[in-house]
Amino acid sequence: MNKISVIIKREYVTRVRKKSFIIMTVLAPLLMAAIFILPTVFMMNQGGEHKKIAVVEDNSDLFKGVVPNTKDAEFIYLENTKVEDLKKSFENSGYYGILWISPELINTPNAVELISKQQPPIGLLQHIENSLKKEIERQKLLAYKIDNLDDIMKNIETSVSIQTINIDSTGAVKKTSTGIAMALAYIFGFLMYMLVFIFGAQVMRGVIEEKTSRVVEVIISSVKPVQLMLGKIVGIALVGLTQFLIWIFLTVAIITVLKTTLLSKTDMTEITQNVPQNVMSGSQTVAVSTQQADVSPKLAEFSMLFDSAMNQPWVLIIICFIFYFITGYLLYASVFAAIGSAVDNETETQQFMLPVTIPIILALMVAMGTMQNPESSLSFWCSMIPLTSPIVMMARIPFGVPYWQIAVSMIIMLVTFAGFVWMAAKVYRTGILMYGKKTSWKEMWKWLRYSG
Amino acid sequence: MPLFEAKNITKQFANHLALDNVSISVPEQCIYGLLGPNGAGKTTLIRIINQITGPDTGELFLDGKKLMPEDVQFIGYLPEERGLYKKMKVGEQAVYFAQLKGLSKAEAMKRLKYWFKKLDIVDWWGKKVEELSKGMQQKVQFIITILHEPKLLIFDEPFTGFDPLNANIIKNEILFLRERGATIIFSTHNMASVEELCDNITLIDKAKTILEGSVDEIRSKWAANEYDLIYEGDVKIEGNGHYNVLNQKQENNKSIIRLKTTGTINTNEILQTLMKSGNINSFNPALPSMNEIFIRVIEARN
Repeated sequence: MNKISVIIKREYVTRVRKKSFIIMTVLAPLLMAAIFILPTVFMMNQGGEHKKIAVVEDNSDLFKGVVPNTKDAEFIYLENTKVEDLKKSFENSGYYGILWISPELINTPNAVELISKQQPPIGLLQHIENSLKKEIERQKLLAYKIDNLDDIMKNIETSVSIQTINIDSTGAVKKTSTGIAMALAYIFGFLMYMLVFIFGAQVMRGVIEEKTSRVVEVIISSVKPVQLMLGKIVGIALVGLTQFLIWIFLTVAIITVLKTTLLSKTDMTEITQNVPQNVMSGSQTVAVSTQQADVSPKLAEFSMLFDSAMNQPWVLIIICFIFYFITGYLLYASVFAAIGSAVDNETETQQFMLPVTIPIILALMVAMGTMQNPESSLSFWCSMIPLTSPIVMMARIPFGVPYWQIAVSMIIMLVTFAGFVWMAAKVYRTGILMYGKKTSWKEMWKWLRYSG
Repeated sequence: MPLFEAKNITKQFANHLALDNVSISVPEQCIYGLLGPNGAGKTTLIRIINQITGPDTGELFLDGKKLMPEDVQFIGYLPEERGLYKKMKVGEQAVYFAQLKGLSKAEAMKRLKYWFKKLDIVDWWGKKVEELSKGMQQKVQFIITILHEPKLLIFDEPFTGFDPLNANIIKNEILFLRERGATIIFSTHNMASVEELCDNITLIDKAKTILEGSVDEIRSKWAANEYDLIYEGDVKIEGNGHYNVLNQKQENNKSIIRLKTTGTINTNEILQTLMKSGNINSFNPALPSMNEIFIRVIEARN
């Protein structure tokens, strides 16, 4: 109806023109970009922090040169040095830590110590453990006196990376990636949560504003309360979508710009350094047939991820996202509108907010669980129950959901959403004209049954 | 045929009866006063007329036809608690409300320009409502109420918040609107303005109608055989079997006397007796003020 569109327009225009909207719209992508960029910057800086680690043994040189240097750590093998002496002069030695290896290590797994002031990073420990393990294995094999052991060792060196393939009912297969599916599940679930909550709460605040300023009486002598409520809900939904689209656009733009200007130098040199090395080591290895894939494992991995991302059912995802966003938002926003109408100011909303917040938080938690186990019955039921389905179903879809389940969930959603809007409208109609009375759930239940 | 009628309206809220079988009938081009103490049910009745809430039982008629939701365009409502969006600019807001009443944007602009000029508030067009004083906001709200030229106007306490000068401007605008054909329902506690403006009234107390009719009729009915008599000079009289003297005083070389007749003989005969006492300047039935009537009626019920 024409009057609804007038209301929608006002709700939209006044919000979009607000300073806070403009500031948030510009600021949020900067923050998002910072979240993406900062870890990279930190990682680059970390590379500069060089750790020197002294390696000592007791009266032997079994493990000399066994632990290779890494980008962050240099291993200095000290011959004829007692670990006790080193410990005493540790403070001024400039070493990050002392790696003490006992010759017993071959038989006793824990006969090795890393002595340092700080807790060493897990990556460093793994590096040391792996290097030592390999060396011990090599020495044990040597004891069998096998000919050409070195060649054999080189030949059997392999790496394994599972490629997951999804098969559908027609027998067609698709390369997928659980990583991508998890990322998408996370993004969609969280996005839905944010949109529903932030903009649903805005609806509530708008209703309270109209009620406390008594504008509502003037308006509903011109339009029906339901029209005002729906106009507000739809107007704010459009504000949300506008902000959301600008955010995506700006975030992508900022990240692209920053990446190309800030990071281009280091990234490019790293890649150009990596490629020839890989080519060289590749040509040294025997397996010629698989060279193509081996040339640049990084690139291959990336293209696989990319393939997998492209293989997601994007049309389905987008349709579902729009559907669940609209219905989920309308469902919660109408509840928020009803709450807003029942109270006199924002502080009074607390008692009503909790029961509304719980299903949303629950949905978010189940969505997190869904990433671990998409087929669990908890995920299934939560993707059917309309209060949680928008978030949980969106988290499930990247892992593949049978169409009938989506259809059933959508139908339940539509029915519930219509019911909620109808009930909310009834509460709203009575609530917006009630002043000065503390409202209880019981009271709201009564309003539901008022006629006219 | 009355322009607006409400018949046997009853409205029950959860734990109290707001209106009990109340009827009003508002003739065309009449200023109709809706009176009553606080909490009598006036606002509920006004909300029902505006179709903000529905009655439990009873019927509403506009122009002889049943009141329909579409009829809001023929009704203008100035609520007692003024409501404007505080952060919105005056002009935009006025256009918005006009559009909600069904005016096109261009038409709304045209009429708003006329009224803003007439009430001398053109400079406020671009200001936010929160920057205006209460009286200024009232003027804006008044314009919003009448902009769509409704047949039926409902003013709930239209003069609160105005200084005497602006109150007079608004009063004249209300009279002007009636001349142009509008019918006005007017709810107030200000009895002086009732005497000044209203043609008819209904007095509601505790959900029930307890007094209704034209202001003149009600006042003469409550006059109860009292007369104001003024003599030139210093005159004193005493009551007899036909009349009693309620009080007398001297002012500006005049004697002002309040009489109550006992109804045994008519006023001409009484006058003949009175003429003997001195030179009569005036002899008028003493009409009680609406204020007196209001207080007497309500107190009698308690």
